[in-house]
Amino acid sequence: MLPAHYYLMLSAVLFTTGTLGVLIRRNPIIMFMSIELMLNAANLAFITFSRYQRSLDGHIFVFIIMTVAAAEVAVGLGIIISIFRTRTDINIDDLNIMKG
Amino acid sequence: MASDYTWVLIFLLVGVGFAVVSLLASWAVRPYDPGGQKRRTYECGEMPKGSAWVQLRPGYYIYMLVFVIFDVEVLFIFPWALALRNMKSAGLGALAIADMVIFVGVLAIGLVYAWKKGVLRWE
Amino acid sequence: MRIPVDPSDWLILIPEFILLGTAIAILMIDAFAKAASDRSSPWISLAGTAGAIVAAVFLWGNPLSGFGGMIVNDDFGVLVSTAILTGTALAVLISVDYVRREELPAGEYYALILLSTIGMLLMVSSANLIMIFLSLEVLSIALYVLTGFARMRPRSQEAGMKYFLLGSFSAAILVYGVALIYGATGTVDLQSIADELISPGVLGNPVLLAGAGLVLVGLGFKVAAVPFQMWTPDVYEGAPSTVAAFMSIGSKAAAFAALVRVLIFAMGGLRPEWLAAVWVIAALTMTVGNLVAIAQDNIKRMLAYSSIAHAGYILVAVAAANRLGLQSIPFYLIAYAFMNLGAWAVVTAVTRKGEEAVGLSDYSGLFWSHPVLAGSMGLFMFALAGIPPTAGFTAKIYVFMAAVAADMIGLLIIAIVTTIISAYFYLRVTVIMFMERPAEPPVVTVPTPLAVAIAVAAAGTIWLFLFPGVTQSFTDTVARLL
Repeated sequence: MLPAHYYLMLSAVLFTTGTLGVLIRRNPIIMFMSIELMLNAANLAFITFSRYQRSLDGHIFVFIIMTVAAAEVAVGLGIIISIFRTRTDINIDDLNIMKG
Repeated sequence: MASDYTWVLIFLLVGVGFAVVSLLASWAVRPYDPGGQKRRTYECGEMPKGSAWVQLRPGYYIYMLVFVIFDVEVLFIFPWALALRNMKSAGLGALAIADMVIFVGVLAIGLVYAWKKGVLRWE
Repeated sequence: MRIPVDPSDWLILIPEFILLGTAIAILMIDAFAKAASDRSSPWISLAGTAGAIVAAVFLWGNPLSGFGGMIVNDDFGVLVSTAILTGTALAVLISVDYVRREELPAGEYYALILLSTIGMLLMVSSANLIMIFLSLEVLSIALYVLTGFARMRPRSQEAGMKYFLLGSFSAAILVYGVALIYGATGTVDLQSIADELISPGVLGNPVLLAGAGLVLVGLGFKVAAVPFQMWTPDVYEGAPSTVAAFMSIGSKAAAFAALVRVLIFAMGGLRPEWLAAVWVIAALTMTVGNLVAIAQDNIKRMLAYSSIAHAGYILVAVAAANRLGLQSIPFYLIAYAFMNLGAWAVVTAVTRKGEEAVGLSDYSGLFWSHPVLAGSMGLFMFALAGIPPTAGFTAKIYVFMAAVAADMIGLLIIAIVTTIISAYFYLRVTVIMFMERPAEPPVVTVPTPLAVAIAVAAAGTIWLFLFPGVTQSFTDTVARLL
């Protein structure tokens, strides 16, 4: 069995990549993919901790996170699709009617 | 652990070797004749038309979503099925069944709603 | 973790089940009898919400815990749930004519409101970090859809997309924090975490601190605390006003309940570590929220910054983490539900060319044409500013008292100064309403359900000022939880 910190480091790298992706990229779909990356980093961390604590709890949490991620995909892509349908262009980078 | 990885290595070598040998063999044997029919997307069967960059009907997308939701919910049915025997021996079989009936029932209602809204109509 | 299963566990979830049944009924009526659904669904959802309030009050004074301690129903939870359900009921009332006017699909709208409320109630009674994450998602996913619900309005779409991206970003941060806490303590159960923190080895664990920090950031997004507030003004401006009203109460109250459970109940032992962070966030939230609100000409954006600022005051009570603080949080949330929903209700009444008239100038002269409406708006503005005779005043006094009791004089001074600053922009609205009527005044329509909602909100705002003791005796029992 590999030492736990290998998995944890991978998980931290995935999480950081995801976070930077959300903060730097401006394409909604890529931002959303980065968020999925963050969720999967959490999944990996849960599985690792669960394995090293010899308990099954972490596995159950991963199930829950996966389901939530699927629901998020459904709604998120739905919102993005509805924007595509009412706009003739598909350049989604210029969504800035409201000043933030 | 080392011996486990030896097997993986052997498997990898055999797999790569098979691909390389058969590709080399076909390269040595086959005739070389580009152009004509050979340039088509499909050499036989469907005639391709238009560009690949077309907008698909959103209907496909919603159909796919309904599938994804059900696909993921199966995740919860497997552990439930595994725990069912324990629940039964603990005298809670009826509760376990009721839980799953509620779970699948709520999903089924969602499906009925999607169906009545015409999501599943395929035209 | 073995989860002992007991059929009586389901009793705790009766309010949630009532709402779920109502939501499903509305969806089915919508699917099979569209015309009937458009007329009946607001009233069905109102009845369901009322049923849930009755069930929640029925659970009062009888702390229950179920599903292996994942769900608790203590008095703190019941009070915050009451605030949320009050907000839902009022939001449904102000939606009745709004949904018809904006031609939103009624069945789906009310079903989503109820489903989101279920998530909020679950979040309030979660005693487990994973349950907090799950219920947060239940409430948020419904709200993402509701924010982008006016599909033909580019603003609503943009708001829906922004809220979705930032909301799921914050949820992902939260769940990674939960993973780290699970790694450090071996549990996600709040009570077990509290027990675990007694051992000195765990206390200084950097993994635990990083996890707690990430959870704080995730919940900070939901309560709209600075510096995690950037989504708030855009979302409140773009979302349908009724949805903005609904989420400014429900999702804030639910997130604060979770914050209290995590920071005070589970990580009370870590207070020396998190106090500085919460102190700074509270100070920033009050200052930025109130200062930026001054510059707003759009009433929806002004109310958004006002909601950020109010999160700051509640954070002061969280930072205090004492008896008074714990008492003042449910009181503040209930008072805020009344006064904020009242203000939003008035916003939906003032329209121009079928759209809301959101400019502050649209309110000029409102008093001369609609004195009662303008009077109630003035009352809600007084309440939000914290001026007597309103519940907003009482709520702020409680928070200040909690800060004094916790010896947080610096934070108290910031809170008082920002309150005085905030009076400027709240009172400006009141003053504008007395000015001369413009040449082309906006159309003001106050249908009966909206009038009822405004009346209830106004009555609640004054009632809580006159009889804070009514809730005081309730909040006393809450404080005993500490």
